[in-house]
Amino acid sequence: MANMSLTKCPMPSQDPEVRSHNFDEVALGYTAEMAVEEAKRCLNCPKKPCHSGCPVGIDIPAFIGKVAEEDFAGAYEVLERSTTLAAVCGRVCPQESQCEGVCVRGVKGEPVAIGRLERFVADWHREHAQEEPVKAAPNGHKVAVVGSGPSGLTCAGDLAKLGYAVTVFEALHTPGGVLVYGIPEFRLPKELVRKEIATLEAMGVEFQTNMVIGKVLTVDELMEDMGYECVYLASGAGLPSFMGIPGETLNGVYSANEYLTRVNLMKAYRPDSHTPIAKSKSVAVVGGGNVAMDAARCAKRLGAENVYIVYRRSMDELPARKEEVEHAQEEGIIFRLLTNPVEVLGDETGHVKGMKCIRMELGEPDASGRRRPVPVPDSEFVLDVDTMIMSIGTSPNPLIRSTTPGLETNKHGCIVTNGEDGLTSRTGVYAGGDAVTGAATVILAMGAGKQAAAAIHKYIQEK
Amino acid sequence: MYRIVEKTPLNPTVTKMVVDAPLIAKKALPGQFVILRACADSERIPLTVADYDREKGTVTVIFQIVGAGTMELDALKEGESLHDFVGPLGRASELDGLKKVCVVGGGVGCAIALPVAKALHEKGAEVHSVVGFRNQDLVILEDEFRACSDKFVLMSDDGSCGQKGLVTAALEELITSGEQYDEVIAIGPLVMMKFVVAVTKKYNVKTVVSMNPIMIDGTGMCGGCRLTVGGKTKFACVDGPEFDGFEVDFDEAIHRGAMYKDFEVHAREEACNLLNQEVR
Repeated sequence: MANMSLTKCPMPSQDPEVRSHNFDEVALGYTAEMAVEEAKRCLNCPKKPCHSGCPVGIDIPAFIGKVAEEDFAGAYEVLERSTTLAAVCGRVCPQESQCEGVCVRGVKGEPVAIGRLERFVADWHREHAQEEPVKAAPNGHKVAVVGSGPSGLTCAGDLAKLGYAVTVFEALHTPGGVLVYGIPEFRLPKELVRKEIATLEAMGVEFQTNMVIGKVLTVDELMEDMGYECVYLASGAGLPSFMGIPGETLNGVYSANEYLTRVNLMKAYRPDSHTPIAKSKSVAVVGGGNVAMDAARCAKRLGAENVYIVYRRSMDELPARKEEVEHAQEEGIIFRLLTNPVEVLGDETGHVKGMKCIRMELGEPDASGRRRPVPVPDSEFVLDVDTMIMSIGTSPNPLIRSTTPGLETNKHGCIVTNGEDGLTSRTGVYAGGDAVTGAATVILAMGAGKQAAAAIHKYIQEK
Repeated sequence: MYRIVEKTPLNPTVTKMVVDAPLIAKKALPGQFVILRACADSERIPLTVADYDREKGTVTVIFQIVGAGTMELDALKEGESLHDFVGPLGRASELDGLKKVCVVGGGVGCAIALPVAKALHEKGAEVHSVVGFRNQDLVILEDEFRACSDKFVLMSDDGSCGQKGLVTAALEELITSGEQYDEVIAIGPLVMMKFVVAVTKKYNVKTVVSMNPIMIDGTGMCGGCRLTVGGKTKFACVDGPEFDGFEVDFDEAIHRGAMYKDFEVHAREEACNLLNQEVR
């Protein structure tokens, strides 16, 4: 008998007052009883819109059905067929615009909590699984993956399962890409990322850190001198953008990438860290995406009294995942919507002392279909802040495109692919994730990694 | 792991380390840099490549012991290994076509100026070197500079070696005496480079400077190393580290470089205390 409750079984989480002072995980996860109860809300409807709403094509009703039967190992087997990173996706996917957004139960009431159930099953598996990851029989072919973020890891995992000898090249000193330097500990514990990487290693994937492809080795050297038959480029979004307003080079102005890298990769939140970070009283984060929410919530945890999200459109247009916005609000992050910075003000020592903003209103829809924000004349005001974090997007990194002859990029500098399977203008070279799309989500990057792995397999087998 | 093949103190506060890193040695060029971490939880320290040996597969870095991070690095011994060593990063110096160049080095910056002078010398250019130090005890790489320079001027702040005075005075004297340089390449403290540019601007001699801002990833991801060059935001790690000195906003770079001064002083004191305790 289906559970006809109109609302999701609530997710236990740390109290907002407590958690806004620590970096421990916010959401604590379902118990087995909660998971079974929530799983029973799934109607197992014949159309399965959720299945097609998932970028990596997880058979969602099948795994939820197993949870309802209390067969958690069986549920994990279903997940594993489509993803090696279920514990990550369950935590960071924007489910409300994907699987849960099309769930039939969402027509009247809340959709089934697919993300929470995915997380439960992955966590259950990690805690209970006895069997070692399987190492596939080698098929004698070598593939290089550039970048160890979600796209690279997914591609590497899928290829390793098929018997390929996969080497992942990572520029930083720790593998994981944005999962390690970008997404904070309180949203995605790093121990979990380490375990996912250890699983891939046990499956035979080799990780080489401190390797900046385009510098120490080129794509051509990987293919011609080192015998990699294919290369998958998943090098990420690239250089942080700034607004080009006066005062952006004052001390106390960070890109979100820098702020988050200091906090997450270099652990600047720990008292014993060797990497410094601003001790702020009031922080403005400019932007409305997940990265902006992460930066704001980190600033709060580092002790800032006032943390503002400054966004030029309204609440409806905020691109961040819904749960992150809710969590940020619960933690006391102040949303200054329909507001845009026009100048950063500095004190006599060259440090940020305020941010001059202008109020905005929504006009006609622009090319993206969203209503275009336009400034309200004579509405400038000063927001009293000592730190400013710019989280307004990125532009592609030039290191690979400038050293790979024949690799086509678009006018923005993103790598051009045929769209379906990630094939670039170079034979044997595939690309995916943010390096192709510009900054997007973990799950879209994973979807691209999966498609590229399938395409690489087909290409090498037919060669 | 990246083994320290050789470690030599060049003066009481400057150390030379030759590191086993064959892939980087194969690709490194003058002007480029590496980022290293001494231990598993160390900071990332960017250092310009001082030398490389493609056959032996080694890369040489020279660093000044200025804070907690470099003290930790200096505590490593020959035969031990660096935890991380990544590179070569940044763009190489553009030396093609230069016939006559004045290389100006200040303090530990001479460690980075030397490979540029050497490369120019090997390309057959006429190289004049002007190097400056606070005093005689801090002089490094004098013989190496002499070996690759057609003219060599040593300056010291206190006159304890070479001529007394600043490198800018020596440079201006060379220019006014009629030396015509295709380019001046200045590498040293920001203040020195700022004043070198003030001199060369007067005589309109093209000047290249090597910037060393605060940096984290070094691959264009974090944006921490941004500078204003010709009114535009540039990232030292991917657009530099060398820039047209006439275009660089030095005052901004100087105040950005001091952003974590308080933290650094504190970290340095802590590191000193720690080391003193160990000695006791």
